[in-house]
Amino acid sequence: MSAFADVLWLTLKLAGITTLILLALATPLAWWLARGRGWRVEIVGALVALPIVLPPTVLGFYLLIALGPNSPLMAPLQALGIRTLAFTFEGLVIGSVIYSLPFAVQPLRNAFQAVGGDNLDAAATLGASSWQTFVRIALPLSVPGYVVAAILTFAHTIGEFGVVLMIGGGIPGVTNVLSIEIYKSVEALEWGRAHVLAALLGVFGFAVVLTLLRLERRVFPSHLNDR
Amino acid sequence: MRIAALLSVVLSLVLAPAAARAAKVSVAVAANFTEPAKVLAAQFKARTGHEAVLTYGASGQFYAQIANGAPFQVFLSADRERPERAEAEGLAVAGSRFTYAVGRLALYSRTPGLVDGRGAVLRTGRFAKLAIADPKTAPYGLAAVETMRKLGVYTALKPRLVQGTSITQAYQFVDTGAAELGFVALSQVATVKGGSRWIVPAADHTPIDQQAVLLKTGATNPAARAFMSFLKGAEARAIIRRYGYNVP
Repeated sequence: MSAFADVLWLTLKLAGITTLILLALATPLAWWLARGRGWRVEIVGALVALPIVLPPTVLGFYLLIALGPNSPLMAPLQALGIRTLAFTFEGLVIGSVIYSLPFAVQPLRNAFQAVGGDNLDAAATLGASSWQTFVRIALPLSVPGYVVAAILTFAHTIGEFGVVLMIGGGIPGVTNVLSIEIYKSVEALEWGRAHVLAALLGVFGFAVVLTLLRLERRVFPSHLNDR
Repeated sequence: MRIAALLSVVLSLVLAPAAARAAKVSVAVAANFTEPAKVLAAQFKARTGHEAVLTYGASGQFYAQIANGAPFQVFLSADRERPERAEAEGLAVAGSRFTYAVGRLALYSRTPGLVDGRGAVLRTGRFAKLAIADPKTAPYGLAAVETMRKLGVYTALKPRLVQGTSITQAYQFVDTGAAELGFVALSQVATVKGGSRWIVPAADHTPIDQQAVLLKTGATNPAARAFMSFLKGAEARAIIRRYGYNVP
């Protein structure tokens, strides 16, 4: 049973850290995508959506190469004595950040777009700096977007399989997450164990979606009156 | 009369090719056996006219699919356990099970000179990560653990092991350089030049018997039965040996 708890804790830790990093990372990116114009915005927007299109194992395979010892990306880290990020928790976080990127950026982009140029122009006219405008106007108005982004990212990372499969190496307590454990149970013909773990994942997914719907209602009570 | 003549012409056109057309057999092939299976299927077609349609994948997944009604007629597993279970659960034709290949284990690295011809590198330990297949699910993984135990290095190496869910993945870890070396199937590196390797003596671990079984879905298909007997023949055995397997 403690092995269960280990796997669950590792899975939640990965999803939690990934979510925090992604919310910070996606904020400037989504802001730029929401306010920008022109072909550069379109191209970056499409690139951000790419992890949805690519099969996770394909993404994972190229991450394995990119985080491996022969990768030019790893050269600066190798100077510090880190040979590869594959098979490490840090490597999984990097993989998860890329894998779940669109699920953080898209809700934030929509939220920032909904803030509207008028509000921001008004704030600027009243002498607010662009930083003040962002922190005092855009951010509070985008809280619902942040809630959606956080829940989607967290849930999507929990369900991640292909990427972890490729770069994880199944090390207990380091890279052996819930989805991998289910797959391994099926492979080992331990279907009973697989059923229990899958039920756990199913109940969790249901709870997340339910929370999402309830939070959305509470944060946007006005929605009900709008229509 | 004319209509009858016309009908007979049409019927002969429709039926004649059907009678001459060879049958097809659908084969689930363990991923590690992909390359030899392709060659075997080509030879099978040349000899019998039957076509073997191959699907490659993990044996555990195949078993789950077969148990749930997948339309495979022959199952070439990467182990002995799953065909045995298929037979015991009535999914396979009783008595059709046999060992078609015996896997050989190799310690392999892409770095020339890293692996010596006796596996002493496991003792000197000049590496960070050693890849193996999951010993719980993959016979090659279990064989790797047994080999390390026999050398008395397993406990010392355990923190440096990374596990692929299959032997294919263990090979990917080594081939991409993510792990410096790993226990892989000899069949995976039999045609690969360069690097360095130690072919583990077969006596150092439990034999990696890969078994085939005729599934109930193929019991009445002549092509399925023909494929099973072709697999036991001298020609097939020679092909299998060429890819780094032993044959019983």
